[in-house]
Amino acid sequence: MIGASLGAAAYERASEISAILAVANPVDDRRLARLSSRPDVVLALSGIGISFGGVKALSDVDLEVEVGEIRAVIGPNGAGKSSLINIISGLYHADRGRIAIDGQSFSQVPASRLARLGVARTFQNLALFGGLSVRNNIACGRVHTRRASFVEHIAGLPRARSEDAGIAEKTDQIVAFLHLESVADRLVATLPYGLQKRVELARALVAEPKLLLLDEPMAGMTATEKAEMAGFVRAARDRHGVTIILIEHDIGVVMGLSDRVAVLDYGRKIADGTPAEVRADPAVIRAYIGTAEGENGEDIR
Amino acid sequence: MAVQALDGTRVPIDWQRLAMPAVLIVVGYGLIPAYASSYLVEAILLPFLALSLAAVGLNLLTGYCGQLSLGSSAFMAVGAFAAYNFNLRIDGLPLPATMILAGISAAGIGVVFGLPSLRLRGFYLAVSTLAAQFFVQWALTKFGWFSNYNPSGVISAPHLIVAGFPLDGATGRYLLSVTTVIVLTAVVWRLVNSATGRNFIAVRDNETAARVIGVPVLRTKLLAFAISSFIIGVAGVLWAFTYLRTVEPAGFNLDRSFQILFIIIIGGLASMRGAFLGAAFIVVFPLLLSRIGAFAFGDLFDSGVLDMSQRIVLGALIIIFLIAEPSGLSALFDRLKRRIG
Ligand SMILES: Nc1ncnc2c1ncn2[C@@H]1O[C@H](COP(=O)(O)OP(=O)(O)OP(=O)(O)O)[C@@H](O)[C@H]1O
Ligand SMILES: [Mg+2]
Repeated sequence: MIGASLGAAAYERASEISAILAVANPVDDRRLARLSSRPDVVLALSGIGISFGGVKALSDVDLEVEVGEIRAVIGPNGAGKSSLINIISGLYHADRGRIAIDGQSFSQVPASRLARLGVARTFQNLALFGGLSVRNNIACGRVHTRRASFVEHIAGLPRARSEDAGIAEKTDQIVAFLHLESVADRLVATLPYGLQKRVELARALVAEPKLLLLDEPMAGMTATEKAEMAGFVRAARDRHGVTIILIEHDIGVVMGLSDRVAVLDYGRKIADGTPAEVRADPAVIRAYIGTAEGENGEDIR
Repeated sequence: MAVQALDGTRVPIDWQRLAMPAVLIVVGYGLIPAYASSYLVEAILLPFLALSLAAVGLNLLTGYCGQLSLGSSAFMAVGAFAAYNFNLRIDGLPLPATMILAGISAAGIGVVFGLPSLRLRGFYLAVSTLAAQFFVQWALTKFGWFSNYNPSGVISAPHLIVAGFPLDGATGRYLLSVTTVIVLTAVVWRLVNSATGRNFIAVRDNETAARVIGVPVLRTKLLAFAISSFIIGVAGVLWAFTYLRTVEPAGFNLDRSFQILFIIIIGGLASMRGAFLGAAFIVVFPLLLSRIGAFAFGDLFDSGVLDMSQRIVLGALIIIFLIAEPSGLSALFDRLKRRIG
């Protein structure tokens, strides 16, 4: 399903990956681990399944993400997109399947170690710290790099101060990168929705993750805001080289922004390929026509 | 006017920022010790200082870290009884060391009763902190050792001496109290404005997001319980040693826990100033009410009526504050200042 644009070598590698991912026994897990430890695969999911009560939110989903790509995951409401991101970030525990992040294989990703594994994320519904300023919200994104204890902070000892200074500098860079200077010292809760979404992106980017998970970063935005946000997402990849998984309902944005697109429907992956391939895929067209077409402006053509 | 900074540049002195502490020092260490009547000190300032400190401690846990606790009074009791025993059983232990050890004891108990916070939230956590309330009171009453086998479980304050200066008089106790409160408030102020304090707020505002970005959520909650209980424990020492002078376990009952919670609600959650405004209100309000009541109703306004009307007015005020001004007196104060300035 991988496009010719990736070249024959890439195609071979990709089919090798999916052949390995399709089966799940200990030997193959080890092969999966070896494969995913290759520097060009940041994330590999194999046979992921999760259900809530009777609802199968995901069944047997495979996905592999290469370094530096923008990998879109699309699908109708309730298709399981957020569940997938929640499994990758350790907030949900998959019933079946394995997750390999940057060469380390897990059946359950430890959420508390996520940042140190090089993964950052944003949430579909805003998850900011309302009582902190924009700058402090962003600075929190680097908390995983801190070592100084609370005593060092209270006493203002050198290690605490140098950590603060280093983080302040990184925060300033991200504030400038995302054009947040004019609101940097405001309480985040007082910002309009579109800007809050941007602060959440900033908090994720300041961690300098290898892999960035964006769950509908443009939902509820105006067309201008969306275009702006799309520009930031692309710039984050181009300038900082971060690999991105992007969930988005606006098909126009997705097609313009992503290198490859995976399509989920009722918890199954029904298509995976370049935007052009996915757009032409009959199964995808059926899935989108089957659900009220254009509901979220998600006209596939 | 300007001062020479270390790198040779001249920085203007920020008079606004220096004004508040300067006024506090002049009033706190100059005017009050010199002119305040012993009634003002004994009946108003000493309880105000002890309750303010307890509120600063609870505010750290509830206001900043979002962990609702009804165990404050228990941690005060642990502080008071620990200080009594350290003082009694270790010869020549300096008073500041006694107070620190008492705080550490309260912190230890606080961490134990903070463990449920790793699983429980909000109302359920509050109910589980009630366990601390009942357990501590029970243990202090049940085991005579804690009160050195005093038949009614009462402990009395020892002689208060710091660096050779006796502080048993009203002014001495006031100075001990105000110094303790200033030092610990400064520590908490530094804490809440540090990265650790921001971790507290992150856990309060969005625990899931906090965990995902790498805030050590469990450690942060237990740290909040520890530091908060330390502060409240020392407040208990002040309550017992400088204000009441003799206390029994029953003095640290659930009513006191609620009182401290009401202080931070009325004063303003997550506001340092709020703890003091709220405490001032809670201490002064009953006195005002009894004056007003006696003036308006004469002898009809006896202590029973006073107690009842106090509860009714306080209850109503808390409901009003929760609905109309959740940020408490501190926010009212800010608005007033903006209108004037
Ligand atoms: N925590 C949960 N508890 C119960 N059911 C859940 C939970 N999370 C997801 N689900 C269910 O799993 C299915 C997939 O949900 P998910 O949120 O992953 O979809 P989605 O593709 O992100 O949808 P949307 O586009 O609306 O965000 C839905 O039927 C949803 O109700
Ligand atoms: Mg979703």
